[in-house]
Amino acid sequence: MTDIDKTAGPKDTPPAGAQAIKAIPVRHYGRYVTAVIAIAVLYAIVYAFAQGKINWHAVPDYFFDDRIMTGVGKTLLLTVLSMLIGIVGGIVLAVMRLSKNPVTSAIAWFYIWFFRGTPVLVQLFLWFNLGLVFEYINLMPIYKDYWSSFMTPLLTALLGLGLNEAAYMAEICRAGLLAVDEGQTEAAHALGMSHGKTLRRVVIPQAMRVIVPPTGNEVINMLKTTSLVAAVQFSELFRYAQDIGQNSGAPVEMYFLAAAWYLIMTSVLSVGQYYLERYYARGSSRTLPPTPWQKVKKNLTTFSSRKVTA
Amino acid sequence: MTDKLSKKQDTRPRDAVPMVKAEGVHKSFGQVEVLKGIDLEVKPGEVFCLIGPSGSGKSTFLRCINHLEKINAGRLYVDGELVGYRQQGDKLYELRDREVAMKRRDIGMVFQRFNLFPHMTAVENVMEAPVQVKGASRGEARERAMQLLERVGLADRAGHYPSQLSGGQQQRVAIARALAMEPKLMLFDEPTSALDPELVGDVLDVMRDLAESGMTMVVVTHEMGFAREVGDSLVFMDGGVVVESGHPRDVLTNPRHERTQSFLSKVL
Repeated sequence: MTDIDKTAGPKDTPPAGAQAIKAIPVRHYGRYVTAVIAIAVLYAIVYAFAQGKINWHAVPDYFFDDRIMTGVGKTLLLTVLSMLIGIVGGIVLAVMRLSKNPVTSAIAWFYIWFFRGTPVLVQLFLWFNLGLVFEYINLMPIYKDYWSSFMTPLLTALLGLGLNEAAYMAEICRAGLLAVDEGQTEAAHALGMSHGKTLRRVVIPQAMRVIVPPTGNEVINMLKTTSLVAAVQFSELFRYAQDIGQNSGAPVEMYFLAAAWYLIMTSVLSVGQYYLERYYARGSSRTLPPTPWQKVKKNLTTFSSRKVTA
Repeated sequence: MTDKLSKKQDTRPRDAVPMVKAEGVHKSFGQVEVLKGIDLEVKPGEVFCLIGPSGSGKSTFLRCINHLEKINAGRLYVDGELVGYRQQGDKLYELRDREVAMKRRDIGMVFQRFNLFPHMTAVENVMEAPVQVKGASRGEARERAMQLLERVGLADRAGHYPSQLSGGQQQRVAIARALAMEPKLMLFDEPTSALDPELVGDVLDVMRDLAESGMTMVVVTHEMGFAREVGDSLVFMDGGVVVESGHPRDVLTNPRHERTQSFLSKVL
């Protein structure tokens, strides 16, 4: 535990040499008042919901329903696949924007301009209805089909969410790549590393420190945005919850159920993000920040030791 | 000088090909002309020191040698080969990035700000280029990297990240990293300028040891003591031109040029 926090240890123990100061601490009465008000308001809200005409028992009844579980699975699948498209596309677009070739740079700029500038719901409908423009999809020797049967709801959802995400990821990746010191590229080049190797081995691993935190936000955002694809006939958590709600006569209860599942999933993702950030922080600071578990353990030990000494 | 050369394994006649040869090298950044015609020759096995006030173009010249900067006019040769270009008849062809990278393998460089890879430990920094560029096996590269860290006195710090090392230690790891590619020429760009005075000695010791092993070194430095003791040739640059050159002891003790005299009177 000694490798974690430099400030906490000595602060709690009185200085040995000089006379330790024993003073009456300032009382912050305002803090007590605001705490009481906040608790009262919170209680009122909870009470209101508990008293409302909501059949809370419906939520646990359907919580692990097969359809809900399928929905959770599909939401996760859609999130992962769309983020993959987004991240790969984002890296490609970022490299294109930073390239010295004015044509690729301009194309990337235009792509980002379009996909960031239009709502994702509108983009989803556009993909779904592109059959008006392209009647057939014709990859000459390999594949030929009507657009409407090619563009399944899953593909629409993936393209709509993934291509939109790529525009945001491109800006995040670009910021990350620009944040790496130029001396790093020079050092790698001086060692005889090619551009590609320099990017892969030296620049990107360091850019990741800047890229991971906003990407974590994007994943969480994506998980929630997947609820929009119900509009293009793809069934995921929100859609299944709605269906159950209409059939069982507990529509609002099912929204609460869906909200609870989204919260659970985003919470799990936040934990994953924390550890990923910790991994990419290696080498950047002398000591890694403690994991929550280490923090808990430390608090427990210092708490008990303080009791003993007191 | 002669006993130094005898330690090198290469049996080629020394005088035939200079390691670095500059003929009227010019370099401008936009409107600013930084190098205004540099002519010099670095012999194999020599420790060649470049001194001069900041802005005199010495670092820029050093960076031209491994083509981190493109020269605008003149010719620059390393080991008899043109830097950055291929000459066919009277036409010059720019080298592809891959070809430039190939030539840089033989030239080690040490930077003022170390530029170690912060996400790799000391030993990983040293292993990186042999594994990625030369295709050495990881085991082999690690063994060699440990020998090099031993040589710079940091074997016990192999598992540390750069942020856990002092400036002097980082610079010695950087030297080991450059040596891992077994270069025939080492470039030092003010290797001790970013260090606490206390730590300068360790780095200079490593460089002295390297010079004694017969490595050809071009050193941009403000360490006049090092230049006098270890250097075989010295060039004083100012305003993008070579003002004075000769043996370090001669130039440092009896500078002929007025500009050299006034510079040395300030730094010695």
